[in-house]
Amino acid sequence: MSTGMTMTREAVWSKVLKPGGKWSGVIGRGRLVRFTALGAGANLAALLYHADHPEERYNMPDTLKAQHTAHLTKGHVLMSDNGRVLASLVDDTLGWHDPFGALTTRESTELKYGKTTYQELRNDWLKNGLDNTAAELVRHGLGLRDLMPAVNFFSKVICDADGRMHFVTGHAPAGASVTLRTELNVLFVLSNTPHPLDPSGAYPSVPVRIEVLPAEPFDPETDFCVNFRGENRRAFENTWEYLALRGDLA
Amino acid sequence: MTDFILKESALREEDAVIDLVVPAGEGWMEDLEPGQVLRIVDLEGNQAVDTLFYDADRPEDHYSAVRTIIAQGRIYLTTGSVLLAESGKPLVAIVADTCGRHDTLGGACSAQSNTVRYSHETFHMHNCRDTFMRLLAERGGPWGKRDLAPNVNFFMNVPVTPEGGLTFADGVSAPGRYVEMRAETRVTVLISNCPQLNNPCNAYNPTPVRILVWDAPSSGGRVPSGI
Repeated sequence: MSTGMTMTREAVWSKVLKPGGKWSGVIGRGRLVRFTALGAGANLAALLYHADHPEERYNMPDTLKAQHTAHLTKGHVLMSDNGRVLASLVDDTLGWHDPFGALTTRESTELKYGKTTYQELRNDWLKNGLDNTAAELVRHGLGLRDLMPAVNFFSKVICDADGRMHFVTGHAPAGASVTLRTELNVLFVLSNTPHPLDPSGAYPSVPVRIEVLPAEPFDPETDFCVNFRGENRRAFENTWEYLALRGDLA
Repeated sequence: MTDFILKESALREEDAVIDLVVPAGEGWMEDLEPGQVLRIVDLEGNQAVDTLFYDADRPEDHYSAVRTIIAQGRIYLTTGSVLLAESGKPLVAIVADTCGRHDTLGGACSAQSNTVRYSHETFHMHNCRDTFMRLLAERGGPWGKRDLAPNVNFFMNVPVTPEGGLTFADGVSAPGRYVEMRAETRVTVLISNCPQLNNPCNAYNPTPVRILVWDAPSSGGRVPSGI
């Protein structure tokens, strides 16, 4: 298999999420999903659900404790509450994405950036993560009860010895990118809204490009994410077992 | 140890309207009225008490670990912490705490996560998720697995390092330590007293906890906030 092919492969789908924008949809198993920050200081909140039965969803605690990590980067996998891998982080130029899951709300957005309304500003009003996410969840027959911690791609939050959370400014430069590989059919809910701990008084105005590409078949004996740690391999084994029982594994 | 603020309660055990022991591997699901106070006592030390909260009048609005920690800017819970629902509504406020630190990030154990974390051979072992699901089934109504959001682990110590590591450290609790919280609205409490046998944080020895509930003071007022 030529890895050069991967680089030159054309995206089967691509979209730019404007600042404040949202998107949701199902991306089938075996795709690469690449997020690219088109400016410095981006934040993309992402929620993941198993598209075939969304009561199975990305589980922040299981993901973090299995991999003994409080940040996400290449090699890590996003695990469901059924001990399976929804998506793997196969590439990352940044080294740290925030898994603590925070979304902005209308109240926090108005408090920080000032009150805006659609009535007054039309589509230049400042949107927030909770409203964006809630609308997209309802679109898929889900709702508030399905709200779970998101991954905040491109953001970094560190905790001190007392557990206080500190947002790291200047973390993500323009051009930063992270690539996921879907290991199941995944419903993504995406919101290009600021990190709530971002101290900047100006609403971040950074578009994020989403590209979906075919993923190359991989060898479980050598794949970086499968072999990142024993926990990851067992989560993949659970995933392959599910697919085999479904008759979806060649 | 840094920044541990310990606060004792003035409530007397003999005045409690509920007083029971929940052995490891069992659970408890009950509604609290506004102003009622719930105390969980770590009887033998370093036990994990996996706990979820819901708006009893609108159960789809569950406890949100994320909104809670963002609002207070800190990942641990102690006296003064207000536990928020996804909507931002306050569910309970911690009013006393003789342990000083409770985990918001570690979640609950399940058969599935045990296979990932330890080995496929642990699949048969009892776990918090099964206790949660049994209690939801007994309760009936619309409750389901979708309601099992990331929970609080009372008495658990799950430090996050500045380098972005996460570990289950030695416990910071001890026999008899307790945490006490006041219902800020009608709230449904769902507890699993963790049966985990694979984690050194409880010395591989899950132990009972005691649960007490006091009514709101009848003097017409609410319990002073103190936060």
